[in-house]
Amino acid sequence: MGLLFVVPLCLMFVISFAGRGTYGGIVWSFSLTNYLDLLHPLYARILGQSILLAAGTTLLCLIMGFPLAYYIARAAPRRQGIWLLLVMIPFWTNFLVRTYAWMFILRTEGLLNTVLLKLGVITTPIELLYSNTAVVIGLVYGYLPFMILPLYVALERVDRTLVEAAWDLYATRWTVFRRIILPLARPGVVAGCLLVFIPALGAFLTPDLLGGARSMMIGNLIQHEFLVARDWPLGAAISCLLMLFVVGMMSWSLRAAKPLVQQESES
Amino acid sequence: MAEQPTSIDITSLVKRHGATLAVDHVSLTVQRGEFFSLLGPSGAGKTSVLRMIAGFETPDEGTIHIEGRSMETVPPNRRPVNLVFQSYALFPHLTVAENVSFGPKMQGVPRGEIASRVRASLDMVKLLSKEERFPSQLSGGEQQRVALARALVNRPAVLLLDEPLSALDQQLRQEMQVELKSIQERAGCTFVCVTHHQEEALTMSDRVAVMHQGQVLQIGRPQDLYESPNSAFVARFIGVSNELRGIVRRIEGKRAVLQAPDFPGEVHVVVPERTTLHEGTAVTLLLRPERLRLSTQPQSLNGEQSLAGSVEKVLYSGSDRRYLVRLGERLVWNVRVPNDESGRNGLVRGDAVHVRWHIADAVVLSA
Repeated sequence: MGLLFVVPLCLMFVISFAGRGTYGGIVWSFSLTNYLDLLHPLYARILGQSILLAAGTTLLCLIMGFPLAYYIARAAPRRQGIWLLLVMIPFWTNFLVRTYAWMFILRTEGLLNTVLLKLGVITTPIELLYSNTAVVIGLVYGYLPFMILPLYVALERVDRTLVEAAWDLYATRWTVFRRIILPLARPGVVAGCLLVFIPALGAFLTPDLLGGARSMMIGNLIQHEFLVARDWPLGAAISCLLMLFVVGMMSWSLRAAKPLVQQESES
Repeated sequence: MAEQPTSIDITSLVKRHGATLAVDHVSLTVQRGEFFSLLGPSGAGKTSVLRMIAGFETPDEGTIHIEGRSMETVPPNRRPVNLVFQSYALFPHLTVAENVSFGPKMQGVPRGEIASRVRASLDMVKLLSKEERFPSQLSGGEQQRVALARALVNRPAVLLLDEPLSALDQQLRQEMQVELKSIQERAGCTFVCVTHHQEEALTMSDRVAVMHQGQVLQIGRPQDLYESPNSAFVARFIGVSNELRGIVRRIEGKRAVLQAPDFPGEVHVVVPERTTLHEGTAVTLLLRPERLRLSTQPQSLNGEQSLAGSVEKVLYSGSDRRYLVRLGERLVWNVRVPNDESGRNGLVRGDAVHVRWHIADAVVLSA
């Protein structure tokens, strides 16, 4: 089982040091050229943009997901099942199909513009499709459930008498949230952010369909190198770099996700 | 309001949970500095009353005044009361000291004063040495004392306690009963305590309200409730009570003579002061097990009543013996005899005995 994960990873790591043949093959030689090529500002710009879009997506998912998860966690147990089912219903349809649906909504003559024009909110159609905004909308839509589910699990475990106790001890609703609910839900926040940020960072379908040529993310770059430019070694090098970044981020945030009590009693 | 406002003044409080009346027109007043308990079986509505005082539930009808101020539009975080939760509800991510300082911090008490107040209240519950611990590192008894300190540090006008000792074992429970009472005297604030444990309520409280099915049945000092319960429910709920139903046959001055369907012969009782008994009135006689005596002879002194029966069971509990005495086909009484003479082996099963009591010790309820 582990072999299935390890072999392709090793292969990719090895390829990332190889060279590209004239017709797209792999020339087995050792060089750091691929990694040095990545220092080109163009790649840095794409990586920076990817991180920005993924971070924005994560933040929006957190802001939208937290109240939703809190509401579900505090609903009657019978209702909780229904709400969770509704959160997961989008998974019943293929992601590609759902992304096409968003294209239909966001198009210049799409659903959103038609409705807004009819209502007189706008006079000229807004160009949403093929922009970073559209990419973020698509990413938030796609990954919101991955934020809601771990948040729900964490919030459901927060004893509601703690909220009452803080309220009884003169805390305002905002302080109760900041000082009690948020710290206790931290493992869920971290897990949710990782589950959204990592796949969003490597996303290629959403930016491809909704971002068009104007917004390229690192996932598109990798796809491009492998399939279009047929430069496998460079693609492998980008992949390795992305993985290194993700692993580093995960180990940092797993430390942050550790329950506070445990963490402080250890030190 | 008067010069000396009462601590809590509740007037015909009603709370509905769906179609059922969880709290049914409850009215009561609690004096300043009083240890007041709401006693009743689970589902009696006592916790609902407490939660309405704290502000977590809104009354459907009625009013609550604390220190003379109406609480109608006051949210929990602005009420001069603090609640000690049944589960303690300590913040697991904060240390003992941080838990205790939470309230004063939220109220904007100056930093220096917070530190001294936290120390003082941890000192009061004897937990000064554990201020850097987390709740999960404390025993149940210690957690409970942190919960107390966390509430008392705010110097509330009223401290509310929801089943404060229910999670502790028997030994600790009895120690904490004494401890709670002395903490209350030192803190000098009003305590309102909800409990289903009658011994706890009697030991700690200045006054107790007995609740059943949303209603307050009787309010009084522990000895009032025990000695002169106003209903069979109160008598049964507070301690063990022997009962005898009967009908008044005739009145002889201050005494009434009853005829009991469960027992052949007549039973004499003293007519209670504020009730009038007539011929034909149905009454219930209540007798505490420790007010009964057993003898093998049917002798009865002046002012005593005796009933003949046979010992059905003897329960030895160290400090005393409990005898179950069968007096009739459907009538078994509980008699408690102190174990005050070493070597006395007492009566055994099947012995014919006479149950005697002073007629003034019987509580008569018209029912």
